[in-house]
Amino acid sequence: MGFDGSQSLWRRVIDTGFLLLGAVLIALSLGVLVTLVAELIMDSAGRLNWQFVSAFPSRFAERAGAKSAIVGTCLVMLVTACTALPLGIASGVYLEEYAPRNWLTALIEINIANLAGVPSIIWGLMALGLLVYQLHLGHSVLTAGLTLGLLVLPIVIVSTRESIRAIPNGIREAAYALGATRWQTVWHHVLPYSMSGILTGAIIAMSRAIGETAPLVTIGAMAYIGFLPPSPVHQQPPYVNFEWLWSNFTVLPIQMYQWVSRPNPDFHANAAAAGVVLLIITLTMNGLAIGLRYRSRRRLSW
Amino acid sequence: MKTIRFRPMWGVAPAALLLAVAAQAQSIVRIDGSSTVFPITEAVAEEFQSETRGAFKVVVGVSGTGGGFKKFYRGDIDICDASRPILASEMQECQKAGIEYIELPIAFDALTVMVNPANKFVDKLTIAELKKIWEPEAQGKITHWSQVREGWPHEPLKLYGAGADSGTFDYFTEAIVGKAKASRGDYTASEDDNTLVQGIAGDKSGLGYFGYAYYAANRGKLKAVPIVNPKGEAVPPSLETVMNGQYAPLSRPIFLYVNRKSLERPEVQKFVEFYLAHGADLAREVKYIPLPADAYKKGQERLAARQVGTAFGGHPETGLHVDELFNRPLATAPR
Repeated sequence: MGFDGSQSLWRRVIDTGFLLLGAVLIALSLGVLVTLVAELIMDSAGRLNWQFVSAFPSRFAERAGAKSAIVGTCLVMLVTACTALPLGIASGVYLEEYAPRNWLTALIEINIANLAGVPSIIWGLMALGLLVYQLHLGHSVLTAGLTLGLLVLPIVIVSTRESIRAIPNGIREAAYALGATRWQTVWHHVLPYSMSGILTGAIIAMSRAIGETAPLVTIGAMAYIGFLPPSPVHQQPPYVNFEWLWSNFTVLPIQMYQWVSRPNPDFHANAAAAGVVLLIITLTMNGLAIGLRYRSRRRLSW
Repeated sequence: MKTIRFRPMWGVAPAALLLAVAAQAQSIVRIDGSSTVFPITEAVAEEFQSETRGAFKVVVGVSGTGGGFKKFYRGDIDICDASRPILASEMQECQKAGIEYIELPIAFDALTVMVNPANKFVDKLTIAELKKIWEPEAQGKITHWSQVREGWPHEPLKLYGAGADSGTFDYFTEAIVGKAKASRGDYTASEDDNTLVQGIAGDKSGLGYFGYAYYAANRGKLKAVPIVNPKGEAVPPSLETVMNGQYAPLSRPIFLYVNRKSLERPEVQKFVEFYLAHGADLAREVKYIPLPADAYKKGQERLAARQVGTAFGGHPETGLHVDELFNRPLATAPR
């Protein structure tokens, strides 16, 4: 194909045009995000202080705080992370590295992909029937964590599988050639190399879970809690204590919703402040995962 | 070779705990139900906990009156916050589960009909006029103020109201149209009353209804319309007119339903006593309308005598006077 001057000019126009379009789109979406966050922070002005973080809910807007909701969100997220991540990663590894290629595996794969699209309220109803009524786990932190864990499980599985699939087969073959077992190959090579992709999936999954309200309302989240769950650490042996798993709970999105719908407009500033706190928690959680991802990438040497 | 320290161990930990179910702490008063009653119950819970220095714990949920009753007859909660009397079907479920309940009216909620302050011609509305506006047959037909009353300007009429899942909607349609849930559908509906406040405050031709507390918190932005009561007087909603029964039929009592068995636990008994002793002041503080003082005294008597059942027999009623709530015989089976 020959290039004359006009054709090359035309191609450059398209190239620049696309660049500009992309830049405008990014600016637009970032602009919306920045505006929203700025408005949230402005609305929360005056309420975002230590008192807000350390006080329980109250009928007086200026005395009300989000302590029980913050602790509730953290505990529920802990349960979710401890169930969804190990289970999801293990399932992903199994499906990619161990499962035989047959109709059963195909069926499982299709179902996992479909589960990722199930509306969250359906998970809530399922959890109400199974976890609350059948297994008698109560309206507890444990039920909430498991519900959200199930909700985000497909995300973890799918992202784990994608990142494992990106590992060149040569790596596996090299490991086998040196006499490694399948498990040794997975543990020492496949998992470490795919860790950054898996952690990205974990970030997406946890960020989705932390903002959920509907399934938690269904399984019986509270709107007013004026005390904290029993502490997970004790001074006497055995030092740890899992009673908090059975405690009633509330989380930040529910507390926010409750404040937004109050008659007294002063509470709306509280809702905005709770939104900022939720953002901070999400960013901290993601920062942690990004840090881990950075470390795992740095150690990669091939 | 490295030792195995695989994370799935973490997943096993909670599962193992399922077997080691610790006896749940019983010193917690569990309450759930209506979002309309919630602000009062929250205020009482807050005061109760600080009064007892945290010795007794209270949790309050908001799954709506219907959702609250569902948990109530399952025995999940001790007290149900209700913005309407218990329904026949819920009475049957309670009977089946062997749950007896004490019905305690604790405050008033007044449904308030609002217009924009720029609207100068609406001086009052009769029930018949409200019915003309809101009945299902009005859909797509009653679209201008001039159709509501002769002499009103030919300006568009824009409607705002409660969403179909709320107790407010049930009560308003029952009181105005005569049949619960019978309403036109072409209006701006929201479960969040603040949305309605903003809608009417920004719409010169707007008209809508919601709970009195939302009007009380936004007095400057809205104009409450006096409603012509069955005696023919046009009465605006206020603390006095609701308490003395003049603001009818759009004022309604709201209730606590207490599981009789739960009252054997001292924290529940103390909490309900505290509620009846301080409910009036706390209701006023969160912009609700307290019952007349002797209604709380009668509530205390009913509690002390453990009189179970409802004064309603499972059927919705509107425009009731407070005294009737206590003078009627109580029933545990629907009539």
